Amino acid sequence: MKHLLSIEDVSREDIERICARAAAFSENHQREIKKVPALRGRTVLNLFYEASTRTRSSFELAAKRLSADVVNFSAAGSSTEKGESLKDTVQTLSAHRPDAIVVRCPWAGAPALVAEWTDAAIINAGDGKHEHPTQALLDIFTLTRRLGSLDGVKIWIVGDVLHSRVARSNILGFQKMGAQVTVAGPPTLLPREIEAMGVEVRYSLDEIREADVVYALRMQNERMQQAYLPSMREYASLFQINERRLGARSLLMHPGPVNRGVELSDEVVDCAQSLILEQVAAGVVVRMAVLFELLAASRAFDPVPEHQSA
Amino acid sequence: MTRRQEQLLVRGTAAEADLMISGAHLIDPRAGIDGIFDIKIDDGQLSQIGESGTLSVGADAEQLDASGLHLFPAFVDPHIHLRTPGHEHKEDIETGTRSAAAGGFCAVLAMPNTDPVLDSAPVLRALREAARRDARVPVGFLAAITIGLGGAELTAMSELRAAGAAGFTDDGMPVESAGMLRKALQYQQMAGGVLALHEEDRSLSAGGSMHEGAVSALLGIGGIPSTSESIMVARDAALAGYEGGAVHMQHLSCAESVEVIREAKRLGYNVTTEVSPHHLCFTEEAVSTLDTRMKMNPPLRTEADRQALITGLLDGTIDCIATDHAPHSAHEKEVPFEQAPMGTTGLESSFAACYTELVRSGPMSIEMLIEKMTCGGAIFGLEIPQMTIGESANLVLVDLEQKWRVGADGYESRSDNCAFDGRELFGRVLLTVADGAVAYRQRSFALSAAPDPETAAQ
Repeated sequence: MKHLLSIEDVSREDIERICARAAAFSENHQREIKKVPALRGRTVLNLFYEASTRTRSSFELAAKRLSADVVNFSAAGSSTEKGESLKDTVQTLSAHRPDAIVVRCPWAGAPALVAEWTDAAIINAGDGKHEHPTQALLDIFTLTRRLGSLDGVKIWIVGDVLHSRVARSNILGFQKMGAQVTVAGPPTLLPREIEAMGVEVRYSLDEIREADVVYALRMQNERMQQAYLPSMREYASLFQINERRLGARSLLMHPGPVNRGVELSDEVVDCAQSLILEQVAAGVVVRMAVLFELLAASRAFDPVPEHQSA
Repeated sequence: MTRRQEQLLVRGTAAEADLMISGAHLIDPRAGIDGIFDIKIDDGQLSQIGESGTLSVGADAEQLDASGLHLFPAFVDPHIHLRTPGHEHKEDIETGTRSAAAGGFCAVLAMPNTDPVLDSAPVLRALREAARRDARVPVGFLAAITIGLGGAELTAMSELRAAGAAGFTDDGMPVESAGMLRKALQYQQMAGGVLALHEEDRSLSAGGSMHEGAVSALLGIGGIPSTSESIMVARDAALAGYEGGAVHMQHLSCAESVEVIREAKRLGYNVTTEVSPHHLCFTEEAVSTLDTRMKMNPPLRTEADRQALITGLLDGTIDCIATDHAPHSAHEKEVPFEQAPMGTTGLESSFAACYTELVRSGPMSIEMLIEKMTCGGAIFGLEIPQMTIGESANLVLVDLEQKWRVGADGYESRSDNCAFDGRELFGRVLLTVADGAVAYRQRSFALSAAPDPETAAQ
């Protein structure tokens, strides 16, 4: 793999390889010294056009645990505010010869454009409402560690699918791993023709107890102002995952940050079926595996490393 | 040009041609011409059409051997953007009309969504003056329906008509209020001028960048539903019917709109429509790579919509083909899809695209394609180009067998945001005669057709 732009372009074998490597890094994480020298001398640039603490720090930690140098470039306070185009920003930053650029931005497809403008490996850390492939990989990693395999597993993704890049990447990723995906939520928040992605569509949680895994999406307050929902109270009464709705053998996931009392009730967040903290922990090792895949694995057999220092 | 044409169209300064084209297959469905003839142009006027070898050549006339080629009446495009004034970095009168000439057009109508907006007679006069200097093919201008395209106040339609406005449109924007459009239709009874309408309910298209459907669901890009167009088409057809006014629906994109228009025409309403080459040739699938050249308004829709547009064109529900030539500069289009401006250029690829898709591998006759590419200006009062002895020559010479790659030799337009860029199409325009003047020669044809210096010396 040269880039990680979307789950759509990634094969099941790629996902399995990344998960296996993440598992190896995870063992390493049990040790006192967690750092490995795999990417020593390499530079990872975080290019973030949207506020993000979790994803960015998770990438930063992943790069540092692999001994790479990390530079964070956030759009606030930068030349983008002075009107610099994405292309010019990317070409300027590329002049510093980063080995990988992690891109988070509010525009679908922008990471693929960035990949055309630089030689660095590009990792999509969320592009608009399109995809968030490392989230899908860490969710698959977390689930396969618990269930062994996702073949035939029934997964319900609940909530604001329309605005969710996590939902799109996870639908594609879970399906690639053999799971059956159902999406549920109010019709205003489910994209028209989402069935074309091969998912079942439900407007209620009446049958949610059939789910092996319930994946709740974050509900944002602004959706009410835009009239997607009459009220948060109504949303919670119809779609909140609580003890009554969560099946006894169902696992619970959420990409964070959780709105307690909205999409999840207090008690389910902390219950034994919840994988939420495991997802967070998986974030670092999976992102390490992705960085390793793009920067080290493909060059492992190169007799002459490409980036010999001059 | 006749006096009436001069009221609507402005001609540049190009010299009248003296030309003899021999051996081409002439097709002019309106004039009932279909066969291999020689054709002679004297002082810009079509002077003779005769069996091959029967016409005498004047000493000054340039001779072109056009055996194996086809000669048609030149095309007319009732919907292009010249971006002047205000956005000359995208296009200006000279580059835009040069692009039109390269596409085989002998007349074009430019839209008023410029900066400033063409919403007053002084702006129109200034543009017509500039066109007299810069236009490579005759050009006409539509003026805005509402001041600044703001949808709130009517422009001085009578004064604008007197100054030469070919019609009125807020193109790029819908006339949002039905009450405002009704007033424009009432005023039209006195001022004249067809109202060309960009149909879009912006409360439905809000925030959308592509057709709402399976592809937008997968890409997570805000969708523009077909209904955002069709319900406005229905509303405005009903208004035109009620007021007895004349409206022209621009760039239809979906099956529902075609159905509404079919019914409106059945009821006898004075409604005309156009469709763009890109909507006839592409679907939402073309957007899946997020190529910003494929971003336009209205968006590319489904295969069922595309088929409905072709059917509508064949059965007369859709009157004509119009490119909606919408240039944008490279730096404006070289951005993430959702940030990119809407629009594709189209003048230089229109004939080849429609010929390849609709005639060569489709259900349309070449005669019908010529008709659909020449009749659009008539909606706004322009004469339909025809091979008539004694009148100004408006001709396009094409090589139907020549396969060429769009954009491979660059573009005459200042911008290269062409949806057909890189595609191999049949049907190359080699020469355009517009209002009696040679407006375009394709470079390789110009070279091969130039007289041999030795023969010329004899």
